[in-house]
Amino acid sequence: MTLILQDVTVTAPGASAPLFAPLSLTVPPGVVAAVMGPSGVGKSTLLDLIGGHLGRGFRATGRVTLDGRDLLPLPAEARRVGVLFQDAHLFPHLSVGDNLAFGLSAQVRGRTARRAAVEQALDRAGLSGMARRDPATLSGGQRARAALMRTLLARPRAILLDEPFSRLDAALRAEIRAFVLDHIRAEAIPALLVTHDPEDARAAAGPIVPL
Amino acid sequence: MIGARVIRGLVVLGIGGPILAGLAVTLAAAFGWLPAIGAREPGLDPWRQAMALPGVATSLRLTLVTGFGAAAASLALALALGLWTARHPGVLRWLSPLLAVPHAALAIGLAFLIAPSGWIARGLSGPLGWTQPPDLATVGDPWGFALILGLMMKEVPFLLLVIVAALSRVPVAAQMAAGRALGYGAGAVWAKVIVPQLYPLIRLPVFVVLAFSMSVVDMALILGPSHPPTLAVAILRGFSAPDPAMILPASALAMLQAGIVAGGVASWWLAERALAVAGRLWLRRGGRGGAGPVWAIAAVGGGTGLVLAVGSLSVLAIWSLAWRWRFPQALPESWSLRIWAAPGQGWGGDALVTLGLGLVAAALALALAIAWLEAEDRLGRRTPLAALVALPLLVPQIAFLHGVNVAFLRAGLPPGFAAVVWAHLLFVFPYVLLALAGPWRALDAGLIRSAASLGAGPARRLAGVKLPILLRPILTAAAIGFAVSVAQYLPTLFLGGGRVVTLTTEAVALSSASDRRVAAVYAVLQGALPLLAFGAAITLPALVQRNRAGLTGGLIR
Repeated sequence: MTLILQDVTVTAPGASAPLFAPLSLTVPPGVVAAVMGPSGVGKSTLLDLIGGHLGRGFRATGRVTLDGRDLLPLPAEARRVGVLFQDAHLFPHLSVGDNLAFGLSAQVRGRTARRAAVEQALDRAGLSGMARRDPATLSGGQRARAALMRTLLARPRAILLDEPFSRLDAALRAEIRAFVLDHIRAEAIPALLVTHDPEDARAAAGPIVPL
Repeated sequence: MIGARVIRGLVVLGIGGPILAGLAVTLAAAFGWLPAIGAREPGLDPWRQAMALPGVATSLRLTLVTGFGAAAASLALALALGLWTARHPGVLRWLSPLLAVPHAALAIGLAFLIAPSGWIARGLSGPLGWTQPPDLATVGDPWGFALILGLMMKEVPFLLLVIVAALSRVPVAAQMAAGRALGYGAGAVWAKVIVPQLYPLIRLPVFVVLAFSMSVVDMALILGPSHPPTLAVAILRGFSAPDPAMILPASALAMLQAGIVAGGVASWWLAERALAVAGRLWLRRGGRGGAGPVWAIAAVGGGTGLVLAVGSLSVLAIWSLAWRWRFPQALPESWSLRIWAAPGQGWGGDALVTLGLGLVAAALALALAIAWLEAEDRLGRRTPLAALVALPLLVPQIAFLHGVNVAFLRAGLPPGFAAVVWAHLLFVFPYVLLALAGPWRALDAGLIRSAASLGAGPARRLAGVKLPILLRPILTAAAIGFAVSVAQYLPTLFLGGGRVVTLTTEAVALSSASDRRVAAVYAVLQGALPLLAFGAAITLPALVQRNRAGLTGGLIR
């Protein structure tokens, strides 16, 4: 499982020049690569391209492959690329447990097995017994951990992190960052983190690419 | 993706098709071509006949006076009340019953209030010693003042709602502070700075109000003069005359009506320009005060409107429960539930038909609107709604509905329930789409992306994320559609062929009959159905989603 970017560029709608110079990068399993750069340089656009969330009118060149599969022609839901956004984006109409169940891969069958998988994920995130809670009642840190668990339960083959720690306050930040990075490494899948915070990039402990 | 395009094509054809076909049929009939009644000689005869009809010039004058009068007065009062409403948004909640009550019901209530033998005259009869109703034409007056008043009672709340919604796009607080720091009073800043920015945002609803005021039929039947009536009512009489040959001059007048509305909108637009220039000159003079009288007019106008509205709705309820209520008495001498207790005598069946039509039309409109918005999402492109929404709301109903009936007949769809549902959809769908488009497009795109990144395809994103999160706006849109359907008069009349009788068609027919008690029961029911629908739209999501703070915080507006 390796994520490979070959000479990737993205051009915004109406613009003549690409947002950034052609980018090539190989992220092996278990490695968290970091893309650094000031805001507005196109970091999130790069993740949108890989995740399949690019807005209408953006033009892209180059190739993105995951396990040798060409990602760019696929719709987002078929890419098996999980994304953690700045916001946790927990679905407001579902309980915390149902949010995780929404993410849980359909390959886990049977009500008991699925419930057990959700409970176990909640335990790992320090959210034991909170399955029936309204996501709006969670703290920022709890929400971030629940979002990670929801993403991991979908069994992604790669994970993209779009400044997922930037909305957290300083005290919480280091703790959540360690939690997220440890879990991703444990999954042994490639991950790509975009950030403008050098702390984040250092903690990722993988290759650092300036954009 | 082809599916998405097909859906949009179907919607445009299903809504735009009948309107254009109806206009075409009416236009042909206006020039003497209507094979259905054996008219096959194209020419200007229908126009000559129409112009020779007695009172047609008066009808024209009435339409212009009531149309421009009601629209201008409603806009002026709504703009004057706008600032105060924006500061007290809770007021809007109290205005919504007025928005939900159909025009016909409100008009009947107003007639029962201000008629010579109405509640106001009964109240005055004691102190003034009247034993007979005064000899004054307060309803159906030859100038159409009662009609203007009735139209304003619906249009001022509507425009206020539109104004408050548009104000969220203007930095009112900051500009108010800047203006007052320069020494302008709040009223002056409102009139000179805020209103000019606000107006372009509400122009389309204002045009809808103008077009509606010029072509309204049900309210004009109840509150307007009858000899001669407004142009729209004169056209209705022509279409429903025993002699089918009258359809030709009626069609000519229907085209004239469409032309008057188009010309009315155009002259309004010119007047806007002139006012804008005058307003700029006024602004350059730098006067700081002078908005005092505006507040006084607003207070008096708003207060009067409130009293009339509360009075109209109350007198309906009282009449529906009255048994004996002779003239000078301020309240009934005896009360009775006799009419309410006998649904079998008419109102029960009519209420069921109204309910059925409303539910089917609202459900179909909702399905179409969701399909439309979802198609937009999947195509990744937004469609400007204005044209599609404006067409059925700007073109006068009387100008094309008779033609729709003819076109449907030729296409093999006879008058009846199905034809009425389709005709209702022409007006229900635009409102439902308009009501749902805002919340739908405002839905956090991140939630949808998150669902996609978790492997949820388009169908699961729709059913599992969008629809449940948007439950409240979806039900509100459905309730709006239901209310619009309940209020329809002409579509039911023309496409029902006399076989489909609703609370509204019957209430209008009963409004000129002698028994106020029966008319009041119909009007109360007519108002109660939409209110119940809105009640359900508020209660249901609150029950289903009671433990979800993220939904009540973010999505209610």
